[in-house]
Amino acid sequence: MNFFALFDLSVLDTTVRLATPLLLACLAGLFSERGGIFDIGLEGKMLAAAFFSAALAAITGSVWIGLLAGIGASLVLSAVHGLASITFRGNQLISGVAINFLAAGLTVLIAQSWFQQGGRTPSLIGGGRFEPITLPFADALSTVPVFGPIYAELISGHSILVYVALLCVPGTWYILFRTRFGLRLRAVGENPAAVDTAGVSVVGLRFAAVGICGILCGLAGAYLATGLQAGFVKDMTAGRGFIALAALIFAKWRPWHALWATLLFGYLQAIALRPDIIEGALGFKVQVQLLDALPYILTVVILAGFVGKAIPPRAGGEPYVKER
Amino acid sequence: MDVMPKWAEVILVPLISLLLAAILSALVILAIGEDPVAAVKLMVSGALGSTYGWGYTLYYATNFMFTGLAVAVAFHAGLFNIGGEGQAMLGGLGVALVCLFIPWPHWTIAVLAAIIGSALFGALWAAIPAYLQAKRGSHIVITTIMFNFIAAAVLNYMLVNILRPAGSMDPATARFPEAVHLPSLHDLLAPFGIAFSKAAPANVSLVVAMIACVLVWLLIWRTPLGLEIRSYGKSQRAARYAGIGSVRITMIAMLISGALAGMMAINNVMGEAERLVLNAVEGAGFIGIAVALMGRSHPVGVFLAAILFGFLYQGGAELALWTSIPRELIVVIQALVILFTGALDNMVRMPLERIFLALRRTSKSKSTPAE
Repeated sequence: MNFFALFDLSVLDTTVRLATPLLLACLAGLFSERGGIFDIGLEGKMLAAAFFSAALAAITGSVWIGLLAGIGASLVLSAVHGLASITFRGNQLISGVAINFLAAGLTVLIAQSWFQQGGRTPSLIGGGRFEPITLPFADALSTVPVFGPIYAELISGHSILVYVALLCVPGTWYILFRTRFGLRLRAVGENPAAVDTAGVSVVGLRFAAVGICGILCGLAGAYLATGLQAGFVKDMTAGRGFIALAALIFAKWRPWHALWATLLFGYLQAIALRPDIIEGALGFKVQVQLLDALPYILTVVILAGFVGKAIPPRAGGEPYVKER
Repeated sequence: MDVMPKWAEVILVPLISLLLAAILSALVILAIGEDPVAAVKLMVSGALGSTYGWGYTLYYATNFMFTGLAVAVAFHAGLFNIGGEGQAMLGGLGVALVCLFIPWPHWTIAVLAAIIGSALFGALWAAIPAYLQAKRGSHIVITTIMFNFIAAAVLNYMLVNILRPAGSMDPATARFPEAVHLPSLHDLLAPFGIAFSKAAPANVSLVVAMIACVLVWLLIWRTPLGLEIRSYGKSQRAARYAGIGSVRITMIAMLISGALAGMMAINNVMGEAERLVLNAVEGAGFIGIAVALMGRSHPVGVFLAAILFGFLYQGGAELALWTSIPRELIVVIQALVILFTGALDNMVRMPLERIFLALRRTSKSKSTPAE
């Protein structure tokens, strides 16, 4: 029995990789839901971004063009969501469901039409992928005990989007809690009538929230297809959008907590890949299915309010109707 | 409030939404370099041109009737049950346990037991989110989504570790005994001299689904409970003042909803596969959302919408077989139907209401000539 084997450097390294798309999608949902727009279409936006980033990267050979295409695709779906839930005051949840299916269907349809490879893109090579970045002095410091390997393996050697995602956490905190825009965004999610009375456009703020959500989902999807893996395969998000949603509730709609929640869920995904380590560390077998289901079970427990209550933004999910 | 006549509300709005979805789907087919007219012809001949095609269309439609009714009942109570997928998975587990471990003498008794088993398991899976919504205020949409994933994990565990026959690599149960084999439409129609394809999977579950449609109609529109459910769905506050308990209605509506979704398993697990496999539900739980929206949550509407989606499913399979259009086209059509009939409902409704208002004004000014 070696409990510390559970925190093997390679497992932690995988945790960071797997947590990155969750973190980006979770922050995306955070902006949208803080602005009062529920978004269960995170999954679909990520999937669309994953496909278009991989497709354009494969065609042009440039991962940066791919990234832009991914963000663009995600923004288009955001616009549909905004149109349905802000302009036409439709049901935000139903719109999210529709967006998920739209992305699931269209990505395979277009992939088949463009590449004829059974709904996948060609494998990305060279400049078509985000390469790992070696941080300065990583090699030189790797011989330093304890800190060296952690710096060289865990902190250094990820693709740029991982660092972008991590920087998005203080960024989100700053925007939401230290800027005028953030104050208004939070207000529009709690009490849109008050914002309207103050002469600020509710519609404009909510579209901004949905737009930021689109950009972050675009980053998440692009990272999946061009950073974590080399190319798009059918349904490659595999429920990550919903895990991000779970993490958002787990984090109670707060940026720093979102980081910890997604790292926890990323860790669960990473350890599920290494059943040998679990058995070696705990001395008994843990069912893989239990590890798969754990993020969802934890979220239900949090939602049930047995371990601290998760209270969503008050005006979330309700279309705003100006008084006449 | 009633700007539009009832027929426009019930028929025109869904039809225009469907038309918009169809036009966009045709554009998608054009964009991937195929001919939409030829595609529709192929779908019609493949799904409706033979009793074999009809057999598949009705088989899929049976699934969607159950899941559509499930979503519709929850809608009436103002609840959005996205968990039909998970509830149908658990329903499958219920059917498998009933069929595998009890030696049934005849299918008629077995199917009754299977209905109870599947409904029980489906209702059980809906009960926890319902309880959490009613008692703890946890948002039912999020909890039912989470329960879909948990259901997948439970089913995976049960099939891989417990129900898989020794020596089999396939994560599936053993075949159900011959005695629980459900008669297909071929067997049912043969005594009447109607020749129906032997190979098609449509079976007696279709009749059960149609009975379920009638029962749901009776429940919602002809019983006091149905009135309570509808009032609660229209206005929770008003219902509370009328003495309708929110916990009770939430629980009852979700239990019925979960039971209906679970009962889908007598069609796909008992009627078709005759064993429980991992992806038995194949997204039918989600199609229930589109079916309920399209059918305006009315059993007749759900029945018709389920047949429409059955047609789309079978037609889509034919397309995938004979052209380079993948099956995912159906997912796109399904998404567009959900988008237009559900989320963008106001986009269709607002201009229509304006037209009807204008019509009413002109007819009024005509009927009252200048005095």
